[in-house]
Amino acid sequence: MNGREINWTALVIVVLLFVVVAVMGFLAAKWRRGTDVEGLHSLDEWGLGGRGFGTWITWFLLGGDLYTAYTFVAVPAAMWATGAVSGFFAVPYTIVLYPIIFIIMSRLWSVSHRHGYVTSADFVGGRYGSRWLSLAVAVTGIVATMPYIALQLVGIKAVLTVLGLGSSGNVLLTDLPLILAFVVLAAYTYTSGLRAPAMIAVVKDLLIYLAVIVAVIYLPIKFGGWDTIFGSAQSKLATVNQATGKPAGVFIPGAANYSAYWSLALGSAMALFMYPHSVTAVLASKARNTIRRNAAILPLYSLMLGFLALLGFVAIQAGTKPIDLDGSVNPQLVVPQLFLDHFPAWFAGIALAAIAIGALVPAAIMSIAAANMFTRNIYRDFIRPDVDARTEAKVSKIVSLVVKVGALVFVIAMDQSAAINMQLLGGIWILQTFPAVVAGLYTRWFDRWALLVGWAVGIIFGTVSAYNVVNPVTKAHFGGSVAPIPGTDISVYIAVSAFALNLVVAAVLTLVLRALKVRTGEDLTRPTDYAADETDPKVVQIEKIQHYTQPGGPSPVA
Amino acid sequence: MSHADGSGHSQNGEAFPEDSRLTRDTAIRGPARPAPYIGAGILLAAAILFPLLPQLYAFDAPRLGGMPFFYWYQLLWVPVSAILTGSSYLLVTKEDRRRRAEARAGGPPQAGSASARTGLGGDRP
Repeated sequence: MNGREINWTALVIVVLLFVVVAVMGFLAAKWRRGTDVEGLHSLDEWGLGGRGFGTWITWFLLGGDLYTAYTFVAVPAAMWATGAVSGFFAVPYTIVLYPIIFIIMSRLWSVSHRHGYVTSADFVGGRYGSRWLSLAVAVTGIVATMPYIALQLVGIKAVLTVLGLGSSGNVLLTDLPLILAFVVLAAYTYTSGLRAPAMIAVVKDLLIYLAVIVAVIYLPIKFGGWDTIFGSAQSKLATVNQATGKPAGVFIPGAANYSAYWSLALGSAMALFMYPHSVTAVLASKARNTIRRNAAILPLYSLMLGFLALLGFVAIQAGTKPIDLDGSVNPQLVVPQLFLDHFPAWFAGIALAAIAIGALVPAAIMSIAAANMFTRNIYRDFIRPDVDARTEAKVSKIVSLVVKVGALVFVIAMDQSAAINMQLLGGIWILQTFPAVVAGLYTRWFDRWALLVGWAVGIIFGTVSAYNVVNPVTKAHFGGSVAPIPGTDISVYIAVSAFALNLVVAAVLTLVLRALKVRTGEDLTRPTDYAADETDPKVVQIEKIQHYTQPGGPSPVA
Repeated sequence: MSHADGSGHSQNGEAFPEDSRLTRDTAIRGPARPAPYIGAGILLAAAILFPLLPQLYAFDAPRLGGMPFFYWYQLLWVPVSAILTGSSYLLVTKEDRRRRAEARAGGPPQAGSASARTGLGGDRP
């Protein structure tokens, strides 16, 4: 059934690096902790690493967070299989991402610093005085994150498969290495919180850079230069597919593909920082400017991603055969297989370890972020409003375990394509929280109920549109993330058309509700909050001062 | 960018010690000059707009080291975008520093520092 032999040298290197990283994960609990802080007994400590990461740690943390193992596996896989539109759009996506972060994320940092917000839903709740809108943001965040974590497991699985593991007929034994990796991950996330992925991200990123730089210099030389590589990519992608009668892929997008190309890039860039795990890494940084400085230095990762994407074309020229355990072609094995085929086993081991560890960092951050959202915006807002900081941390730790087990069951029990479909939907859904979060950073013009209805309309439209995209070969639903705008033949990323609809509904309803004089919620934020820096006092500090000096004044925060 | 800062008036007058003049609405920055924000806005808008116009770069020629224009042009935009964002950073931070200095000179004293790890978690009344 399976012709793969275990590659022992590579496997030993992978296991060794994995153990090193696990030890670091546990030691991280004591890393950068103030002497006055005892244990990780608050969300600020456990869930945000003490809110004190400087520019470089944040760089590694965000790099490890945004450029996930799935990215490393899926982007070259898409290039290998279908070319530029579904693969190389990741480059403009990660280019336009940073100016967008530069503009919006410093304001989110400032208001969160002032008010002690831990999640974007916290901010929405405080800004609009609506725990229902906050709940919508939180639920969307959690639901969109779950399949994302599951996809990290798919990344690890790809590595384990090419290493020759998981070939046993016994189901439990097949998935044993995966389960083992995840139990260790869950354990150090539980004990160390966000500090663990922050520390591991440094190692992981250095390994990834090493692997990609060596591969990008060595492989083109070995395969006759970029000229030959692009030549064979061009002819492969132009080959007509028997089932559809269309070319297999796109080498350089034609005019018909322009709208899909730019809307995929823009929509993904806008969506990425709505994900809870991105916000978590932003709020863990020390100062307002940390994130802006990072917007200028994070593009180094995009350059790496661009070259990694081109490795998909290199694999075409190299004749890489990504054959899965059941004998079918699985494009996601392309990059791990490429490394294993053309490098000494020990170096392939380093590269494969980098990918596998690259799955652990975002998986840890995602589970922490989803847990924080549950604790703050569901447990506190709806179940126990008087919860203290210590209990919040405890609840978050437990929920982070639940989230990870859920993702594991997802991958083991369900078909891999289910995780990919869910992730596709997750990207569409998460963008529907953009109006509430980002518009809220600038204006209170929108009505909270209008935003809630706009969100619901966007999600329903997006889900239905995605369901109606049918794969021309397999006839399966959720066949892609691009569909024509209804009534036209302009194909765009469904998340973007749903977002536009969402915005229009929210704006029109706001005008209607205003005309009807519907009560607006209380806004707990002030204009000064949005520019606050680390040296500016937090709201609790200001109100404490007022409490002492001003009898009969505004009552202090409980 | 953020032009909207607090008005800077303090509600509770002189009868209290200095610190009490610090309120939620105490301005932390002086008024903005538009030029740096417009400049940064243009740079950032360029960094967002140009990579999203495949009309400008979806060609094969000219190739660079065997790489079609479509591919190397977009890879080139990565450092270009980093430079544009970095320049915006310098523009905006310089103005921010000036506005903060102005608020310090004219406004109430600075209070509290980030190193004071107090009162975590109690963010809602």
